[in-house]
Amino acid sequence: MAKTALTPMLNGLRNQDPRAIGRAISLVEDNAPEADIILSSLDEDLVNEATVLGITGPPGAGKSTLTSQIISTCRARDERIGIIAIDPTSPLSGGAILGDRVRMMRHSLDRDVIVRSMATRGRLGGLCGAAGAAVRIMASSGCKRIIIETVGVGQSEMDIIRLADITALVMAPGLGDDIQAMKAGLLEVADVLVINKGDMNGAEALFMDMEAVARERKEQYSRVIAVCRTVAREGTGVEELLNEIATIENQYRASGEHGRRRNQSYDLEVLDWAIEMIRPQILQTIKKDSKKRWGDPKIQAKNILKTMGLDYD
Amino acid sequence: MTEKKYRVLIGKPGLDGHDRGAKFIARALRDNGFEVIYTGIRRSPEEIAAAAVQEDVAAVGLSSLSGAHIRLFPAVVECLSKAGAADIPVLGGGVIPDEDIDILKEKGVEAIFTPGTPVDQIIEAFTAACSNHHKKRNL
Repeated sequence: MAKTALTPMLNGLRNQDPRAIGRAISLVEDNAPEADIILSSLDEDLVNEATVLGITGPPGAGKSTLTSQIISTCRARDERIGIIAIDPTSPLSGGAILGDRVRMMRHSLDRDVIVRSMATRGRLGGLCGAAGAAVRIMASSGCKRIIIETVGVGQSEMDIIRLADITALVMAPGLGDDIQAMKAGLLEVADVLVINKGDMNGAEALFMDMEAVARERKEQYSRVIAVCRTVAREGTGVEELLNEIATIENQYRASGEHGRRRNQSYDLEVLDWAIEMIRPQILQTIKKDSKKRWGDPKIQAKNILKTMGLDYD
Repeated sequence: MTEKKYRVLIGKPGLDGHDRGAKFIARALRDNGFEVIYTGIRRSPEEIAAAAVQEDVAAVGLSSLSGAHIRLFPAVVECLSKAGAADIPVLGGGVIPDEDIDILKEKGVEAIFTPGTPVDQIIEAFTAACSNHHKKRNL
């Protein structure tokens, strides 16, 4: 694929043309031959400047509604913003219903709000494989802030922590069991805990529980976690939430935490892609050897890697 | 290796809030491997076209049960064209009298499905529309 054929699209990306942005993300998501040219033509400075905010939490906590309110607040501040909204792919058909946009439709005529719905396409962890690339494409087309809304999560979908600069965990009263389940996971690593549906019964108790969690983290690991209360449906508390996020962001940028996270995120995304790329080759080697399905799978894996010249011990 | 995944948008233009048909088609498409961006009820043609462009879908499916299809379906076609996305095919379904079908097709709607159309036929039409679009999609 010659680069010249892609020139109009690459120009379109720079000129914030929604068609070019949408098509570029598709080509990368589909692993099309053009993907490498697109990804290597992005504006690194813009990518570095943009802030990536992760919004995660259990299904029904109000992630999309909150995201829509955050968009409104950012637009009132005249920030161009990108949203990547992820929903799960069906393990049976490979299809997906991507419905997060329903709650964000009031922004659809705003050219400075770029919304992209993406399916997980088999990836676990709450994100899709192309989420990182989509972030960079949006940043490169002038989005100063990019929000990634994960799938509704359970206990271990923590990939967002790696990709986002700051992660907000959204929860709602009445989902107590989920919170219990998350205690050993997301609660430990999120930067902001958001109690949404803050006008509902049980919100106060949940808020106090989360403040206790935050205190504990501060004492144990000297990590500051913000706790916020919102009623996303009405927009209550969103301004305050964004202020908290800005405070944390400034802290992280000043302390070097921001850079450290970006570096780690880079390394881990490279690792993900490397594993993804070698996966078919490994599978092929496994199948070649499938007549003798002997012994423990872990031992067999070592043998396979050895035959591939990837010594493991 | 390039993955073959068809992305489509299903939406309801206008004020008609009966979304049973739209949701049925969305589920059927999902069950046949499509990624369906569902935009919900009461959308303007402009909103649907803008969403279709941002989401880079290969086809748009519209549902109307209120009789406003004659105005609204071609309006979506026109908005797509204005947004530089005349290549995205528009398919429509709902309570649509036979005599309206040709008028809609003349105005650029690719296919119309009326009540009782077998779902396989609808999936086939979306598959053909998406496959065509992918083949000729310009960068």
